[in-house]
Amino acid sequence: MSAGISNDFLPEWVRSEGEVSDVVISSRIRLARNLKGFPFPGHAGKEQLEQVVQRVCEAVGRTGTFAFLPPIRLSELTPNQRLVLVEKHLCSPQFTENPAQRLLIINDAQTISIMVNEEDHLRIQAIRGGFELDEALKLANDVDDFLEEYLDYWFDERRGYLTSCPTNVGTGLRASVMLHLPGLAMVDQIKQVLTALTHVGINIRGLYGEGTESLGNMYQISNQVTLGHSEEELTNNLKGVCKQIIEQERNVRANLLKESRLQLEDRIGRSYGILSQARLMTTQEALKLLSDVKLGVDLGIIPEVKKVNIRELLFLTRTSILQKVFGREMSPAERDYHRAMIIREKLNAK
Amino acid sequence: MLCQRCQERPATIHLTKVINYEKTELHLCEICAKAAGNELGIMIEPNFTFQNLIAGLLDGDFLYQQPDVVTQLTCRNCGLTFSDFRNQGLLGCGECYNAFQASLEPLFRRVQGGTVHTGKVPRRTGGRVRLLKEMEQLKHQLQQAIAKEEYEKAAQIRDEIRRLQQQL
Repeated sequence: MSAGISNDFLPEWVRSEGEVSDVVISSRIRLARNLKGFPFPGHAGKEQLEQVVQRVCEAVGRTGTFAFLPPIRLSELTPNQRLVLVEKHLCSPQFTENPAQRLLIINDAQTISIMVNEEDHLRIQAIRGGFELDEALKLANDVDDFLEEYLDYWFDERRGYLTSCPTNVGTGLRASVMLHLPGLAMVDQIKQVLTALTHVGINIRGLYGEGTESLGNMYQISNQVTLGHSEEELTNNLKGVCKQIIEQERNVRANLLKESRLQLEDRIGRSYGILSQARLMTTQEALKLLSDVKLGVDLGIIPEVKKVNIRELLFLTRTSILQKVFGREMSPAERDYHRAMIIREKLNAK
Repeated sequence: MLCQRCQERPATIHLTKVINYEKTELHLCEICAKAAGNELGIMIEPNFTFQNLIAGLLDGDFLYQQPDVVTQLTCRNCGLTFSDFRNQGLLGCGECYNAFQASLEPLFRRVQGGTVHTGKVPRRTGGRVRLLKEMEQLKHQLQQAIAKEEYEKAAQIRDEIRRLQQQL
């Protein structure tokens, strides 16, 4: 049944685990840029937005280096196709809300995406699996340099790259890292970590960005300021903070193994048992149980599922992805049935 | 559109209820919607983003001292007024940064890591700025080379700095 899932469909950050994959899911860099002479998208008319679209298309058409796919007009997609792009982290939920004059450009490997006419004219994004912020920054910078060959950016000597919202001005850079922190959550230390982070200009959010709660113990942490520091400084600062959190998470896990191994094994075993046998599975339950199983795999507690890529399961069981894989809209009950089936198949595969 | 209840403030919350195929529409302002929240069975939580906070941050000092002068400011390039910016939290174009400079400066000091950009410069159009940044880096390298007593390297860097100075 899961024959519909081809490797091409999975973005690279899902397929390849990357560095420090026991704690880090993915690393992302976003650069905000605007075209000189045009009002920012929120203040521009339809025609001006369309001109921006045309200019960007022309520029993108001049390269062979990045293997860009044909630009996608958001207005030509079905609502589910738009959601798939959000789940793949290729664009923001806000971007899909109002599809008129909005364009998305992605590359073959789905590591680069360029949102045209979101809050800024250009939002260049690079995403990698694991703890690979430097690689992501280099990729985003390369795309930025290439586009700048053909496009005049709105840049100011003192304020740097000018953006719609003054919180993005300067570098226009948002670096974020998605972390899986089941250990810290289990010993109730998450709150302390969060409070500490806000003191050093670092922002932390749930899985799907602003305002979403953290499902499956996933946390996205990113830099808050964009002006006054260089791209490298901002990225290194975030990396430093991440390293601290990673170390703390690993310490907690080691301690749990030492102090309460039986309880931990029991919890993980139960979650694994349910996932490998259940016939109906909601998104929320799947996220919760898969978080346990991922922890079990990373700690070597359940060697029989060593070959299963848990992040792939986390991705495949998202509602829009399920509908895409099965090629049709489904009722919630149908989705729960198919979600449980995919998980069973993957976990029980020999 | 004005709020259906108070008829004073603009309606920002639009609610469509369908009960037994019967459709009713409500258009309320935030204040009336909050008050009506319980009876409607909905919770209206303000979506707390920077856009909501910006008004408070901007009002802090500058606006407080000269309210009339500031609120009447308009960007000559795109026509955005300062009160538009204050309400939406978004600027209209690159020129707005100059038009509203006086109130943006204290804002940067509060929410940013500084007031001057020290990062990347566009490769093609960066021109003079790019050369200046390069020179700063070279000067830094020069000091390091001298400190380490690598005089040959220092001489090379010095020549490079001279070359850049001529270009400026």
